[in-house]
Amino acid sequence: MSFFKKLKDKVNKQTDQVTDKFKDGLTKTRDSFTTKVNDLVAKYRKVDEEFFEELEEILISADVGVETVMELIEELEMEVKRRNIQDTEEVKEVISEKLVEIYYGDDDEETVEALNIQKDGLSVILIVGVNGVGKTTTIGKLAHQLKQEGKSVVLAAGDTFRAGAIDQLDVWGERAGVDVIKHNEGSDPAAVIYDGIQAARSRGADVLLCDTAGRLQNKVNLMKELSKVRKVIEREIPEAPHETLLVLDATTGQNAISQAKTFKEATDVSGIVLTKLDGTARGGIVLAIRNEMNIPVKYVGLGEQITDLQPFNAHQLVYGLFGDLMTRVEQEEK
Amino acid sequence: MAFEGLADRLQGTIKKITGKGKVTEADVKEMTREVRLALLEADVNYKVVKDLIKRIKERAVGQEVMESLTPGQQVIKVVKEELTELMGGEQSKIAVANKPPTVIMMVGLQGAGKTTTTGKLANHLRKKFNRNPLLVAADVYRPAAIDQLETLGEQLEMPVYSKGTDANPVDIANEAIAKAKEEHHDYVLIDTAGRLHIDEDLMGELTQIKEDTSPDEIFLVVDSMTGQDAVTVADSFDDQLDISGVVLTKLDGDTRGGAALSIRAVTGKPIKFAGMGEKLDQLEAFHPDRMASRILGMGDVFSLIEKAETEVDEKKAKEMQSKMRSMSFTFEDFLEQMEQVKSMGPLDELIDMMPGANKMKGMKNLQVDDKQLTHIEAIIQSMTKTERVDPSVINASRKKRIAKGSGTSVAQVNRLLKQFEEMKKMMKQMTNQKKGKKGGMNLPFM
Repeated sequence: MSFFKKLKDKVNKQTDQVTDKFKDGLTKTRDSFTTKVNDLVAKYRKVDEEFFEELEEILISADVGVETVMELIEELEMEVKRRNIQDTEEVKEVISEKLVEIYYGDDDEETVEALNIQKDGLSVILIVGVNGVGKTTTIGKLAHQLKQEGKSVVLAAGDTFRAGAIDQLDVWGERAGVDVIKHNEGSDPAAVIYDGIQAARSRGADVLLCDTAGRLQNKVNLMKELSKVRKVIEREIPEAPHETLLVLDATTGQNAISQAKTFKEATDVSGIVLTKLDGTARGGIVLAIRNEMNIPVKYVGLGEQITDLQPFNAHQLVYGLFGDLMTRVEQEEK
Repeated sequence: MAFEGLADRLQGTIKKITGKGKVTEADVKEMTREVRLALLEADVNYKVVKDLIKRIKERAVGQEVMESLTPGQQVIKVVKEELTELMGGEQSKIAVANKPPTVIMMVGLQGAGKTTTTGKLANHLRKKFNRNPLLVAADVYRPAAIDQLETLGEQLEMPVYSKGTDANPVDIANEAIAKAKEEHHDYVLIDTAGRLHIDEDLMGELTQIKEDTSPDEIFLVVDSMTGQDAVTVADSFDDQLDISGVVLTKLDGDTRGGAALSIRAVTGKPIKFAGMGEKLDQLEAFHPDRMASRILGMGDVFSLIEKAETEVDEKKAKEMQSKMRSMSFTFEDFLEQMEQVKSMGPLDELIDMMPGANKMKGMKNLQVDDKQLTHIEAIIQSMTKTERVDPSVINASRKKRIAKGSGTSVAQVNRLLKQFEEMKKMMKQMTNQKKGKKGGMNLPFM
């Protein structure tokens, strides 16, 4: 079975609605990426050095990251040689195959993206990231989604630094219909989170979502503060936080790697939420992060509405990128 | 490594060339390849990189590099010149309208830092130019954006015009200007909602605000961590609004900030200010030449040299060097050196400027505390002249006296003495290594 077919089967197993939403959100990404790949394939009949050089540029322009691109190109060159591919059309399939492969590595595709929510008892999710990536918005959307799934959710307003952050979370709490535990601006974030855990426990809540202030990863003291918050959670519930999600802005370039590294050191990040993917940014940096650090993407933000947070799936991402191509291949096969 | 600077990248190639006596075209090709990778890793847009590399290659293959004795450095110099030229000169002027109020519109993507920058800019206008700005909360979409600006207004003790979230941003802007005229505000800063450049409705709203208020400045606020997409965003905003300048935010992070170069190259609009922290006074004029070094991962060595040149007496520096070599370096000299270094600015800033400092072992997490310096100074000042010249006479009772005199502890005195001995040892090693090698940094504290 061809790779495209396999990919399509996998995507079809997921509900159409989700896939459509994903596809719509990624229109910009897909358009520019497929157009570019198609142009490339049309331009070069033969797979040669120039072809790969241009492919390299396409991938770099998607922020995939220089190192990962170099690796990918090298593998592609080998694969093309091995299969003795001459026609550029055929390379397209190899490209998408390799992209999915880079993304998953040896991990189990089915479980890697699922959120770790306990069947019984309280699950604590800590949300971290640099300034302006959309942490608070993500929490609002996530709260809504978990509530839709029948979970009871409590939010802890741990961003006590930025002006208006607590009010912002309050508004999201109202929209999602969940309680928000808060202190005054300027108070100790660890104390807020502690209170959040107590409140969530006494209410018998399923999930506690902890907001934190945005911080640049090179601010050592602020990163220490975050480690402290994590320790407070650990002390209360030994296996918590059950998830520590790093929120990344899809428009971010190579610095996202540095963010992932430093935040992982400080808080042992378990997953990534990639926001603002509804713009023209391609967020290719997640490939590099997955490749270099093995942190999976769990959700993507595709808009400002409360329902615009979607579980991530690399197959869908690649399907989104190559969807049009696949329909064409199918037609040709018929 | 993901964040190698250009100089590190070129090391390998340069090594090969040194001793060869002649630089071939293949060498230049290899070097420009490294330059290309360094620029791409700094997030400079690949199209901009392509053009740059073409120009650099032409200059490099020409006489300039081939005949130079140190081709590696020459290449870096050429690259930096091209980059600096592309960045343009320093331009941090803000327009003044003939008839007040001067209207400034802040636009950009979500999360770039518009609201914070609006507060900082208002603070800058009041502090530097004694202006009296009115802040306008026209972001009616993001929850609590108005609260955020109002809180900033409170902190700055400045008025904020807002009409809640049900009002139309265009109306808010118009009414705010009328109010500013009434109350004699000379500047009006309009904080607009973050939006995607491809959102036609919201971009239309900005065009409407622009038409109604005819702003004197439209600042595009851009996150300095932005990747390849910076070009699309900046181009699109400029296309639709004809922006007058750019404010680059979050530059206090560790991003190389290649976006700055891309934006400048594509829009031709100047980058006027840089956001350097979360506090309201952390807005600085943008230095294109320093940004060029940063993009190349070279550290801000030029600012450092500049500072060293202006602050350090050259004759004294030479004296000091010979003292280091001859091991006659005393606490007296140490004190003098500290004074000189201190006059150059806060220590952690200096370390940030040093090329490769963030890669040096132990340097990365080094938190330099200026307070510690004060302690050291106090300890040395509590020593007698004899003790400063010959620390070996310092016995237990002398240590006690020094600790008392300087308000420190015996342990701290011991630590300093030990460090001083180690430093002397290190200097000896360094000067031995340097013998026979030309160049090296002649900075007084090295």
